[in-house]
Amino acid sequence: MDSSPSRLLTREYQSAGAISGPLLFVERVQQALLGEMVSILMPGSEIRRGQVIELSEKHTVIQVLEDTAGMSLSNIRIRFSESVAQMDLSIDLLGRRFNGSGVPIDHLPPVIPEKRLPIPGSPINPLARAKPSHFIQTGISTIDGLNTLVRGQKLPIFSGAGLPAKEIAAQIFRQAEIVEAEREPGEIIRKSGDPHKFAIVFGAIGIPFREAAFFIEAFEESGVADHTVAFLNLADDPTIERLLTPRYALTAAEYLAFEQGYHVLVLLTDMTNYCEALREIATAREEIPGRRGFPGYMYTDLATLYERAGRIKGRKGSVTQIPILTMPDDDMSHPVPDLTGYITEGQIVLSRELHRKGIYPPIDVLPCLSRLMNQGIGKERTREDHREVADQLYALYAQGRDARRLESIVGAEGLSDNDERLLEFAGLFETRFVNQGRQKRTLQETLGLSWELFKTFPAERLARIKPEFIQRYYKQPAK
Amino acid sequence: MTSSKGSIVKISGPAVVASGMREAGIYHRVLVGSLGLPGEVIRIEGDRATIQVYEETTGLSLGEEVVNFGEPLMAELGPGLISSIFDGIQRPLALLLREQGDFISRGLLVSSLSRTLRWNFIPAVKPGEGVIPGDVVGTVQETDRVLHRIMVPPGISGKIREIRPGNFTVEETIAVLEDGFEIKLMQRWPVRMPRPFKNRLLPKLPFITGQRIFDMVFPVAMGGTAIVPGGFGTGKTVAEQSLAKYARADVIIYIGCGERGNEMTGVLEEFPELRDPQTGRPLMERTILVINTSNMPVAAREASIFTGITIAEYYRDMGCQVALMADSTSRWAEALREISSRLEEMPGEEGYPTYLATRLSHYYERGGRVVCLGKEERSGSVTIVSAISPPGGDFSEPVSQSSMRIAGGVWALDSDLAHRRHFPAINWRMSYSLYTDLLDPWFQENVAPDWPRLRAWLMEMLQKEDDLLEVAQLVGVDALQDEQRVVLEISRLIREEYLRQSSFSEVDACCPLQKQVWMLRILCRLNDFLGESLKKGNPLDGLFHHPLLLEAARMKEHPPEDFDAFGRSFLSRIDAELKKGAVSG
Ligand SMILES: Nc1ncnc2c1ncn2[C@@H]1O[C@H](COP(=O)(O)OP(=O)(O)OP(=O)(O)O)[C@@H](O)[C@H]1O
Ligand SMILES: [Mg+2]
Repeated sequence: MDSSPSRLLTREYQSAGAISGPLLFVERVQQALLGEMVSILMPGSEIRRGQVIELSEKHTVIQVLEDTAGMSLSNIRIRFSESVAQMDLSIDLLGRRFNGSGVPIDHLPPVIPEKRLPIPGSPINPLARAKPSHFIQTGISTIDGLNTLVRGQKLPIFSGAGLPAKEIAAQIFRQAEIVEAEREPGEIIRKSGDPHKFAIVFGAIGIPFREAAFFIEAFEESGVADHTVAFLNLADDPTIERLLTPRYALTAAEYLAFEQGYHVLVLLTDMTNYCEALREIATAREEIPGRRGFPGYMYTDLATLYERAGRIKGRKGSVTQIPILTMPDDDMSHPVPDLTGYITEGQIVLSRELHRKGIYPPIDVLPCLSRLMNQGIGKERTREDHREVADQLYALYAQGRDARRLESIVGAEGLSDNDERLLEFAGLFETRFVNQGRQKRTLQETLGLSWELFKTFPAERLARIKPEFIQRYYKQPAK
Repeated sequence: MTSSKGSIVKISGPAVVASGMREAGIYHRVLVGSLGLPGEVIRIEGDRATIQVYEETTGLSLGEEVVNFGEPLMAELGPGLISSIFDGIQRPLALLLREQGDFISRGLLVSSLSRTLRWNFIPAVKPGEGVIPGDVVGTVQETDRVLHRIMVPPGISGKIREIRPGNFTVEETIAVLEDGFEIKLMQRWPVRMPRPFKNRLLPKLPFITGQRIFDMVFPVAMGGTAIVPGGFGTGKTVAEQSLAKYARADVIIYIGCGERGNEMTGVLEEFPELRDPQTGRPLMERTILVINTSNMPVAAREASIFTGITIAEYYRDMGCQVALMADSTSRWAEALREISSRLEEMPGEEGYPTYLATRLSHYYERGGRVVCLGKEERSGSVTIVSAISPPGGDFSEPVSQSSMRIAGGVWALDSDLAHRRHFPAINWRMSYSLYTDLLDPWFQENVAPDWPRLRAWLMEMLQKEDDLLEVAQLVGVDALQDEQRVVLEISRLIREEYLRQSSFSEVDACCPLQKQVWMLRILCRLNDFLGESLKKGNPLDGLFHHPLLLEAARMKEHPPEDFDAFGRSFLSRIDAELKKGAVSG
């Protein structure tokens, strides 16, 4: 990671040329740097912050993190910091709480830096990456069994307004543990690992206080508070600051993981708020809007966040990301979930319909995916039948949903025996497999339950499973 | 190489404007700022040049220097390309790793090909012989399976004055023409310019993939263009990677264009281990990777496609059958859009520049089967398989539409199939191939005379199934006649057992052509079997549990090696069963 050239003079400018929305246009600025941080001195003692986002002979464009309200062309002074946004890093970050741009808000002194790094980060050289392949048991059947999470993965939760994404996220970090497969087929042993090397980085992006409080409380309750670093930009905090918050969080996460050897779980919520801040700036810059007004470079911009997950060869730690986003109008093709899905390694999708039925966690498995699942499961890692059990559950549940649709058209009389069985299976799958409540299930239990559900069918209908596994795990249904 | 200097007057994201650039030409290579960031001139107005910068511009300031080298962005072409892993502007990632560490930083200029490695050159011509562009003056065994032909560069001809065998680095002279021109193992070529050839050939040979739905149902020709459009998570990358692993080709160029880092890690760990099904050699020995992940600079992403295709053409010129996988072309188009919008160009549809379709077709047209330059008659091909990532999975957007107009094969992926874990999630209603008629003669001659008939039967069954399901949606399956339920059952088997092919299956990930034929013959015969058994008065439900059907439902896991024998015996067992008359369930 490179540092930018620093300059000697402190440069201060007395006036702006124009103010437009969150943007400030300053004329005749000497030697400003792209990405440079600036302080805006307001009348009185208030200081606001900004960042240089464009440079030309005509003007320097500054995006103001806080509001531009109260600014006039002549009542402000602009001071250039001569450096791009950087962050002070040290192991003492653990247990601390910061605002959305890295300033402590826990009444403790600033962190004494061991290292300073620019917050945009640098891409990991693809050759340096190590393949993520350690199964993380979340204790949730729909995830562990069907959409397995592995260390170093980025797996977002696609939620809808009012759906319990935060409860699920909290459940994940409370229950997450590394387990390893045993030699004996069908056996899994648990291994909790070194508890001191596990950390949580929490980035709150424009969420209401009540939600942030929920998380903070959850961290405290489960005793991980002193392994947690929180960056809080709440709903009433500056909008544009949201563009920086996840970058502070990820810079902290990378430091803890790759310099200090921690396995870091990063929770970012809500990415929809992040994208809206991005849109706000794009609109203010009069850029050509893309779909739904979001800028055309949103894919690239999001990638510079989500790609900051993974493992690195020869380094101990890992960064695993669980971003949460709200699908506007529950629409998965909306640009925010859509572009996220194009970057992340799968997605966990919540369903309003299941939620209404009282099912918790209301995870609709069909649109869910974990792309790294295959590298984290199987004989050596979880259990030999894991892949095929998952495939079979998917196939049967998808057909069960078809049968349900058919039933709603032709009525129960029009269904064949097979359809009826599928219908029954879909019901059982939702009420028993998905609907596990807040209790934790080991993978062993999840797989056991799957075989239980397979009993709805004669063994020969389980075409996606190898005969040898059927023989081993399928118990004839009691007549 | 003369250089001139200008200075930065504007910085906006990856686009920089510099003044004092009167000597710059379009697509000229430049170095920007005190860090020396590589860039390329993409517009000139008076003495001002707009430059797309291949590295992050954060920290740049106005007034910094821009150096113009007076030559375009070039690819280095020569021995050592195979097994290499480059970024979008052909810098070896291994060198970046060594020089910069685990994170990519900026301003490192390195050679694409090793300057110290020596290659054993064996001349193929003698002093006094006349040579023209494309003539092979000798060879280097680049890997066990790739014989690298050292060619006279385009535009050069004359008589050989000197040539000698031996071990050379890519910069050393291996032959001298009478006019003094020195031929080296390496040549350079501007990436944005197609490499010349004699003429195009009609693609009449299939690009064999080992995937049933591609080979049997929607085959693409060697030198053809296929696109794989699909929403996120529908299987574009897995499809591209399966092709890179199993397709028949001499050289594979895989471009990871604006996609995930962890995905490339998978490739990097797997490919050195995996064996090429034809030669048994490690796959890396025929593979070149160009990787510019989504978080790497966007302008270099734009260049990556050109870097890749130029290398592909170079091997084509030797007479190789090259396959180029681009994942994803949409990310390339988005890079183009981003830069265009920084230039404040008038946007066309969905913000893409109006020249999107032209650029896309120029790129696709660099694929094809051609007669190579040179006296010796040889042909080579570049097959392009391009993944496309339409926003919201909606194919009506400009990149999908422009690509569909050009591509000869469209393998359309479907979210619904992917959600049910039917992979490859190719929607057989939306997909098509324009090559089938051209290729059928080859399949009939070299694989099976009944090849086109089998495909027609398969498509007919799927069509019938669609029609019947529509009826069943209204009246229920129970209301269908027995014959119709047979159609449903057989087409279910076609979908489940034939079209579905898991890339993660050890046995079935690659399915040789013979196995593809036998599997379909078995299904076709089972269809007759059910029909005839019904006529003989056997109850349908019993038939559906017939051991032969159950066995067919698992036949793809039967190893390909003895599938001929298996298929033959299966057919005769069906016949025997039919002869028995009554069939028991
Ligand atoms: N042929 C296949 N066999 C088995 N599984 C497959 C196959 N194709 C796709 N999959 C499954 O689907 C997942 C998603 O596939 P893939 O990563 O190729 O999607 P994609 O279309 O490239 O998505 P994106 O556009 O987001 O990159 C894979 O991780 C794998 O689990
Ligand atoms: Mg992909």
